[in-house]
Amino acid sequence: MSRTDIGPPDFREMLPPVIKENYGKWKYHEIVKPGVLKHVSESGAELYSVRVGSPRLVSIDFIREICDLADEFCDGYLRFTSRHNVEFLVSKKENVEPLLDALKEKGLPVGGTGNSLSNMIHTQGWIHCHTPATDASGIVKAVMDDLYEHFVNMDLPAKLRISLACCLNMCGAVHCSDIAILGIHRTPPRIDHERLPKVCEIPTVIASCPTAAIKPDPKRKSVKVNEERCMYCGNCYTMCPAMEIIDAENDGIAILVGGKVSNARTAPAFSRLAIPYLPNNPPRWPEVTEAVRNIVEVWAANAKKGERVGEWIQRIGWENFFKLTGIPFTDKHIDDFIFSVPTFRTTTNFKW
Amino acid sequence: MKEHKTPLLDELEKGPWPSFVKEMKRAAEKNESAKDLLGQLELSYQDKKGHWKHGGIVGVRGYGGGVIGRYSDCPEQFPNVAEFHTIRVNQPSGWYYNTKALRKICDIWEKRGSGLTNFHGSTGDIILLGTKTDELQPTFDELSDAGFDLGGSGSDLRTPSTCAGPARCEYACFDNLDLCHDLTMTYQDEIHRPMWPYKFKIKISGCPNDCVASIARADLSIIGTWRDSLRIDQEEVKKYAASGMDIKGEVCEPCPTKALEFDEDAGELRLKAEDCVRCMHCINRMPKALRPGVERGATILIGGKATILQSAFLSWVIVPFMKMEPPYQELKDLLERIWEWWDENGKTRERIGELIYRKGMGNFLRAVGLPAVPQMVYQPRANPYIFWQPDEVKKK
Ligand code: HEM
Ligand code: SF4
Ligand code: SF4
Ligand code: SF4
Ligand code: SF4
Repeated sequence: MSRTDIGPPDFREMLPPVIKENYGKWKYHEIVKPGVLKHVSESGAELYSVRVGSPRLVSIDFIREICDLADEFCDGYLRFTSRHNVEFLVSKKENVEPLLDALKEKGLPVGGTGNSLSNMIHTQGWIHCHTPATDASGIVKAVMDDLYEHFVNMDLPAKLRISLACCLNMCGAVHCSDIAILGIHRTPPRIDHERLPKVCEIPTVIASCPTAAIKPDPKRKSVKVNEERCMYCGNCYTMCPAMEIIDAENDGIAILVGGKVSNARTAPAFSRLAIPYLPNNPPRWPEVTEAVRNIVEVWAANAKKGERVGEWIQRIGWENFFKLTGIPFTDKHIDDFIFSVPTFRTTTNFKW
Repeated sequence: MKEHKTPLLDELEKGPWPSFVKEMKRAAEKNESAKDLLGQLELSYQDKKGHWKHGGIVGVRGYGGGVIGRYSDCPEQFPNVAEFHTIRVNQPSGWYYNTKALRKICDIWEKRGSGLTNFHGSTGDIILLGTKTDELQPTFDELSDAGFDLGGSGSDLRTPSTCAGPARCEYACFDNLDLCHDLTMTYQDEIHRPMWPYKFKIKISGCPNDCVASIARADLSIIGTWRDSLRIDQEEVKKYAASGMDIKGEVCEPCPTKALEFDEDAGELRLKAEDCVRCMHCINRMPKALRPGVERGATILIGGKATILQSAFLSWVIVPFMKMEPPYQELKDLLERIWEWWDENGKTRERIGELIYRKGMGNFLRAVGLPAVPQMVYQPRANPYIFWQPDEVKKK
C-alpha cells in the first residue's frame, strides 16, 4: 500500500555540499559571461551556475542527458529556474569550461542572464489542452529561434521577458510580461442544444458568463447567447463542453506589451494591448515572430540603458510607442470592459 | 504500429533553439503513445485546432486532485492517446535536484507513461505528460516509494512554489525554501483534496525582485523585504567607481524615490533611508557594495490572478511586514482565517481576489482581523461613499 500525503522530497537532500556549507551566507554574485553566474560566500567559497535553455516539453532522455552532465561536472546536482531553464550547479571552477564545451556539443544554448531574453514561460497548447486558440510550444520555438542572439548575448537595454498563453485562462499567467503572446478566440460559443441539457447544469453555465450574455432558453431546455455582449472569453466552454468556442478560422493571437513583475524601480505592471489580432500560421507563425522582433528592435534601439519595455514606453508615451513601432492604433485599443475608466486620458498633456 | 508523417512539425526541428519536436520524436522511438501524440499534434497543425476532448475525471486512491483527465477526440486515428492523462508531481522547494531523484522519476515514467514531461509546469510541479487510466495508480505507488507525491489540481491549494532562495541567492530576506516546504507539508490535505470554491495559489519570493512572479500569479504572495536601512560597503562603492561605472546615472537616477546620492569627491554613496522603498534596483546594480538590511521579513499580499473572470489583479498589500521564522504560526493563522472567510462567502469558481473585490476590502480586513494601514493603498479613496459599521453610529 502506497503512502499518501508524504509531500515533496525535502529540498535539503537536493543541495550540493558547497550550498549546504554556505546556505544563507552568499555575499555577492557576478555574471562571468552570458549564462554563467558566480556566487561568492562570506567564507570565500565559490559556486558557479551555468544556465541553459530547454524546450520545457522534454523527453526523459533529455532529463537523463542533463543528469549525465550534472554527474560528470556538478557532483550530481542541478536545479531548474522559474522560467524553465536548467541551472548546473558547479562547485569546481575547473569544471566550468569543460561543461560549457559539452553543452555546446549537444547544441544546448547557454544564456538567459543579465540584460538578455530569458526562456519563455508558456502553456500547453494543442499538445495537451482542450481550449487553446493557438499552440504553445510551436510559437515559442519559432520566437526563440528568431531571437536566439538575445538569449546567448547580453546586448539588450534591460531584461526581456516574453511569455505565451494559448487562451485567456492564461495557465502561464503571461499578463505581466515585457511582451505577452496570447491566444484569443473571436467568435461567440456555438451551442449544441441536443447535448447541453445532458452534460451541463444550466444555472452554472449562465452564472459563468462575466458579461451576463447567457440567458436560459426554456423552450429547448438549453441556453441562448446574446452575441453582442460576448467577448469570447471561453469561460462558458470551460464550464460546459456543449458551448464550443474553438473556431479554427477565426482564432489567433494578440500581443500585449510593457508588463513586469519585479518591484525594481517601478511597480509591477500589467502588459497592455499592442496588436489585437494576428493569424495562426503554423508551423512557424511568421506574422507573430515578425511582430515580436519589431517591438524588441524598436525598444533596443530607443531605450536608455536599464529601461524595461514598459519603463521605456512610460517615458516616451504610448503615442510614440505606436508611432515608432508602426503598429496602427485602433478602436480595439480602447478598453470597453470593466476597469476601463482609469485608462482614459483626463488631461490636455499628451504628445504628438 | 503506424508511423505518422509530420511534415509541418519537422519544420520545428530546424533553428538554433532546442526543439520540442526532437524531444517528442525521441520519446516516440520507445513509446507508442508518444508516437500517436506526434501524429495528433501534426493533425492540429493542419487543422489549426486542438484535438482533445473536454474534461474527464480520473485520479488515484485517496486523492481528489493531482491528475488531469485527457481523452483524444479522434481515438480511431490515434488509439494510443485515446487516454492520455497527466500527473502533477510536487517539486522540491526551489527546483533543486540531485540526479538520483531525477533518474528515479525517469525510470518510473519510462515504464508507466509516454516518456514526455514538462520541467516544469507554470505553477511549479513536474508535469508527467500522458498515461492510460490503468497506469495511474501504479505510477502513483511507485512515485510514492521513490519519495515523490502529487501536487494540486482542481479547487484546492495548488502546489506552492518559491525562488532560488538563500541556497543560491544573496538577496533572500528569509528562508523562503524552508517556508515553502513547511507550508506544503502542513497543508497536504488542502493540496490533495479539493474542498474550496476554487483554486488557491501561494508563491514565495525571497526579495522584491520576485523571481517567481508571485505578485501576478498567486492568490497569496509572500515577498521578502527588510525594515531597516539597506547596507552599504563604501570600499566596494569606490571599486565600482574606479572600474568606470556611472554610479550617478545608472544607480542614483533610476532610484524611484531619489533616496541615493553619489558624492563623487568622497567616492561615497549616501542614502536617505527614510525615503528608500526597498525596490532592489541599486542592489541589483551593485551587488558587491549594497545589500538588504538586517531586520528582515516579508510583505504579505493577496488576490493576484489572471484575467478570467473579473479582469486580472496584481496582489494587494495586507501585511506590510511580518517576521518569517519557523514555525510560521502568525502566517498560518492568517491563512486559515482567510480560507475560512473565503469558504463561507465565496461563490463557486470565485478567486479570493474577486471575492474581496465584490465584498469590499474593508469587510475582508475586518473579517480576518487585520488593521488598516497606509501601506495598503497608493492613495486614499476619492469618493465619499463610506460604509459605516453599526457600532460607529448612534442608532435612533
Ligand atoms: C484541460 C485543460 C487545461 C490544461 C491541460 C491545463 C494545464 C495546466 C498546467 C500543466 C499548468 C501548470 C500546473 C503546475 O505547474 O502545477 C497549469 C497552470 C494554470 N492553469 Fe491550466 N490547464 C487547463 C485548464 C485551465 C483552466 C480552465 C484555467 C482557468 C480557468 C487554467 C488556469 C491556469 C492557471 C492560472 C495556471 C497557473 C499559472 C501560474 O501559476 O502562473 N487552466 N495549467
Ligand atoms: S492557457 Fe488555456 S488553452 Fe492554454 S493550457 Fe491553459 S487553459 Fe489550456
Ligand atoms: S465566451 Fe465568455 S462572454 Fe461569451 S458567452 Fe461565453 S462566458 Fe459569456
Ligand atoms: S526573488 Fe530575490 S531572493 Fe529570490 S531568487 Fe530572485 S533575487 Fe534572489
Ligand atoms: S532600494 Fe530602490 S528605493 Fe531604495 S535606495 Fe535603492 S534604488 Fe532607491
